[in-house]
Amino acid sequence: MTRRNQHGRAHLDRAGTGPPAGQAEERRRVLSQLRAWSRPERSQLAAVIALCLISVALLVAGPELLGNATNVLFAGLAGHQFPVGETKAQAVAGLRAHGQGPLADMLNAVNFIPGTGVDFARLDRLLGLAALVYALGAVFGWIQGYVAAGIVVRIVYRLRRAVEEKLARLPLQYFDSHPHGDILSRVTNDIDNILTSLQEGLSPMLSSALTMIGVLGAMFWISPLLAVAALVTIPLTIILTAVIVRRSKTLFRAQWDRTGRLNGLVEETHTGHALVQAFGQREPMIEEFGRQNERLFQVSFRALFLAGVILPVVQFLGNLNFVVIAAFGGFQVVTGVISFGAVQAFIQYSRRFTIPLVQIAGQVNLCQSGLASAERVFGFLNVPEEAAIVEGTADLAVDAADGTDVGSAPAEQAPATPRLQLQHVSFRYDRDAPMIEDFTLEAAPGQTVAIVGPTGAGKTTVVKLLMRFYEIDGGHILLDGVDYRDLGRHQVRRCFGMVLQDTWLFGGTIRDNIAYGREGASEAEIVSAAMAAHVDDFVRTLPDGYATVLDPAASTISSGQKQLLTIARAFLANPGILILDEATSNVDTRTELMIQDAMVRLQSGRTSFVIAHRLSTIRNADVIVVMDSGRIVEQGSHQELLRRRGLYYELYNSQFAETLV
Amino acid sequence: MDHARAPRWKGLTGLRPFLRPYTGRIALVVALLASQAAGNLYLPIFSADIINNGIVDGHVGYIWRIGGIMLGVVFALGVVSVVTTYQASWVSVGVGADMRAAIYRKVQGFSGREMQRFGISSLITRNINDVGQVQIFVQLTLTALVIGVIMSAGGVILAVRESPPLSLLLLVAVPAMALVIGTTLALSLPLFRSIQIKKDSINQVMREQVTGVGVIRAFGRERSEQNRFRGVNVDLAALRLRATRIFAVTIPALMGVLNLSSVGVIWFGGRLVNEGSMPIGNLIAFLIYLLQILLYTLIAVTAFTQLPRALASADRIGQLFNTVPEIADPPRPVVPATVTGTVEFRGVTFGYPGSERPVLNGLTFVLRPGQVSAIIGGTGSGKTTLLNLILRFFDATTGAVLVNGINVRAQAAEQLWSTIGLVPQTGLLFSGTVASNLRLGQPQATEEQLWHALHIAQARDFVAGLPGQLDAPIDQGGTNVSGGQRQRLCIARALVRRPPLYLFDDCFSSLDAATDTRLRGAVRAEMCDAAMVVVAQRVGTIMHADQIIVLDAGDVVGIGTHQQLLTDCGPYQEIVASQLGEGAAT
Repeated sequence: MTRRNQHGRAHLDRAGTGPPAGQAEERRRVLSQLRAWSRPERSQLAAVIALCLISVALLVAGPELLGNATNVLFAGLAGHQFPVGETKAQAVAGLRAHGQGPLADMLNAVNFIPGTGVDFARLDRLLGLAALVYALGAVFGWIQGYVAAGIVVRIVYRLRRAVEEKLARLPLQYFDSHPHGDILSRVTNDIDNILTSLQEGLSPMLSSALTMIGVLGAMFWISPLLAVAALVTIPLTIILTAVIVRRSKTLFRAQWDRTGRLNGLVEETHTGHALVQAFGQREPMIEEFGRQNERLFQVSFRALFLAGVILPVVQFLGNLNFVVIAAFGGFQVVTGVISFGAVQAFIQYSRRFTIPLVQIAGQVNLCQSGLASAERVFGFLNVPEEAAIVEGTADLAVDAADGTDVGSAPAEQAPATPRLQLQHVSFRYDRDAPMIEDFTLEAAPGQTVAIVGPTGAGKTTVVKLLMRFYEIDGGHILLDGVDYRDLGRHQVRRCFGMVLQDTWLFGGTIRDNIAYGREGASEAEIVSAAMAAHVDDFVRTLPDGYATVLDPAASTISSGQKQLLTIARAFLANPGILILDEATSNVDTRTELMIQDAMVRLQSGRTSFVIAHRLSTIRNADVIVVMDSGRIVEQGSHQELLRRRGLYYELYNSQFAETLV
Repeated sequence: MDHARAPRWKGLTGLRPFLRPYTGRIALVVALLASQAAGNLYLPIFSADIINNGIVDGHVGYIWRIGGIMLGVVFALGVVSVVTTYQASWVSVGVGADMRAAIYRKVQGFSGREMQRFGISSLITRNINDVGQVQIFVQLTLTALVIGVIMSAGGVILAVRESPPLSLLLLVAVPAMALVIGTTLALSLPLFRSIQIKKDSINQVMREQVTGVGVIRAFGRERSEQNRFRGVNVDLAALRLRATRIFAVTIPALMGVLNLSSVGVIWFGGRLVNEGSMPIGNLIAFLIYLLQILLYTLIAVTAFTQLPRALASADRIGQLFNTVPEIADPPRPVVPATVTGTVEFRGVTFGYPGSERPVLNGLTFVLRPGQVSAIIGGTGSGKTTLLNLILRFFDATTGAVLVNGINVRAQAAEQLWSTIGLVPQTGLLFSGTVASNLRLGQPQATEEQLWHALHIAQARDFVAGLPGQLDAPIDQGGTNVSGGQRQRLCIARALVRRPPLYLFDDCFSSLDAATDTRLRGAVRAEMCDAAMVVVAQRVGTIMHADQIIVLDAGDVVGIGTHQQLLTDCGPYQEIVASQLGEGAAT
């Protein structure tokens, strides 16, 4: 369900809302962490704010300069109508005398000199200045956007890197106990969402807010009373927006839910595509999809409509503002409180005030969903990490033997095989439930140890302890007599090669996937490893051979073939100790026969631990360890254990003998 | 809408058939937006009226009257814009829903090859997320873009009305703005495509690191993984930086163009006014309209910021619609006279295009009704491919596959499938109930028929023990029942259909030996007239078959009964020896 929802959320989050209420504390923590992450960008951020201030100031000053220019023009035109030598007072009085009182009042407010035409020199100076101011405003606006883009991209780049590095430091337990879908969503979808919110939300919001402040300042400068009248609509805007956002939050959640279900249906029917076709279910499935799609339509239509109403509401209030200013302002001019030019400028400013308000209404949603994502990402980054270990406090004889990393020994060279001892090892995932108890085992170099036991006996856990994916709680694991605790994790792991149940391959070429076993392997080594694991046969049937790119989404090769590839990878790694965790269970017997043949060669001179459900694998083991509930219950060779007629005998009869029926 | 014959989808043109059903509503939205624009453009005229007639004449009553009218207009505008939002939301959400349905229908017609090529997760993303991106774009277009364009155009018209000579300035300003928008889009679109690709690969690396954490640590590859990631991360950041920096130019440049135009207007206009060829009031009005054009161009541009994303998504959706499924019904399908369940392979070879070696090579054999035919062979020997050829999920490269005596290529796929009961290798069940799963291929089956099928499939007892029995819930993929139970339900599901031909794809592997034997006995007794094809890896499952076909690397290396093959088929002897021990092979 979690995973399905995430598919739906990926694109719907933008329209989404924040986390539930009552998390103010959490919100503050996230904000302070966000601040910490932007600390390296402090100087750049300051620059952005400064640039933004400059550009907003310039853009607010522009209309004022243009207004002055208009006045110069107006004064020139007025002066032109009167003879030279008349004073302004005489001209106005003359108009009054001719019964043109209002015109006289208006002209009285303008600074004209009778008989003088338009002062083009002054007009052009003012216009030149306005052009410069506007040009600079644009340039500063652009530089601000340019710098801001860098800040956002760098923050997200570092965040992504931190998350990726975190992956390598997390204890394996974290991956075992958290759904992969959720981890992945945090490191991919959520980071993308943070980027979008910062880019489209925060940076424009800054300039919107500053523009509002600038314009507001200009409005108060012109007429405090009118400014207050205009401001009445702002709280109304905020309240209405908040009400709508709260309502639409429920609808958006329902939309995610419906999207998740539809996602599930698509996933299910595509996974069973062949079945749907073979059972003639194409039309019924299309009808079912139609029904669920219709439900999604209903809920997302309502959500979108409600959210979409915010814009008209803000616009409506903006218009209301305009009407108030026009009517109330006009009234004030007539009653002689303010000048005519003042109302003109005021209307201009109130128009410029509405736009950033509308933008901010849209960006609040974006920022909220960005904060929710930031919370999830920081939550991930705050997960306790694996205890740090100083690498190589002790030396391993095998390390010294060839003077290089064991892992990079050429494949032809015999590997160094350390002696492995487990002494009274105990381990628990969970404080109350012991997983492995008093486990003692010794594997001499070159021995094959088979571990068998019912499901849940702890076989896989033993492997994880050997690989040191987990730290043991009690006892000792000794590698050539050196305690694991005195060794680095890499030192330990370099001695092992493993073929796991789950055939992990990455989205590279087949060649690169085999070469994963050892850095710097030559082409000849890769091909010989491929041949040894019988990979070469099927690779040659593929269109691009070794250059075939494995796409994790598409099944380019079968699961058995993937298994063979991981075996080839282990061949190339040429480790001293092999761990085969049900490695051959996906391979059919004929292929297994071929692998066994190669394995015998590979295992010679190597210690190997095999967890297998197949008789053929176990029969050749030097020691069979029978586990039950985290303990070793029996130990010995195949024949010995059969004679004992204990748990092994039972397991053998129920699991391995059926092929003989 | 017949999308199969729709013209090749390129960019957003493929949206056209999806918009067609909404032509009326779209026209309504445009009309409503136009009336909104008219209202918004008229408000300044009212305020000019207040200035000219109210203020200048000192008429307080006039001011309040016009103010009242303005208030009425504002309320009307509010109502109109809510209705517009309603209609625009209906259209965009509707287009999204229609696209999802069409994509789903299209994919249902895909063959296995296309499913493989796109991958399931990519198909889901295209069906849901990509449609979502396109839907957002449609919504923005119907609101921001249309109102932006109408208001800008209205502004231009009113500006021209105020002063034709000054409007010559618009001949410079408008193309300059178009150039700014066009250039930023042209520069950033390819970048956004590359970003999408890089984002996919960074997500893939992340996915691999999370799912492969054990292997990475075992091979001590943390460092090289970090380098692999860092490479993609650096590339992505660099691309993003370039794209956002290009976009950072857009708005300041547009504002610059228009603000400088208004300076130009006063410069030229001032001279015109001075010459007496234009009243000063027109100059002021012209400036207001210029501001209007600026603001609404900026609003229209917000729709453009979604364009790169929408285009990338539209491309990915277009790829689906442009895909012609490799396997399609013939124009005039042949209906077999009798459906006996006979399957015949005549020199069938199958290989993937460009591969060095075919998967199946010159197969010729007949599978007859009333018989159990078994296919055995190693991994990659082509067993499942063989079944896929019978089902016509793939077409043979050369040769012919005949089912019921007619080449599968000549039959309608639905007709062919209606004669086949398939039991897949992975015991896949759908979410629902036991009954809904069993009725998958036979919706009319009675409860007795279901119980009968369960009985044969050795599943009667465990289903009877489930809470709700036939109505017991089944989770997606059937994860709430065990592997063996899943497999038996899958077998029962095929049996409910009672087809003449059964295909069992290695489905007995998770059953214990006793159940396996009982089940095979019961199925055989029940289905004595049907043709049964069993694919298996275990010799024990198929040694009693009437006919065993041994595949090795795509070749038939033996056909016969167990006894015959033991004497004359080397590869079969090897298989038997490896499974039953050396003694059994002789």
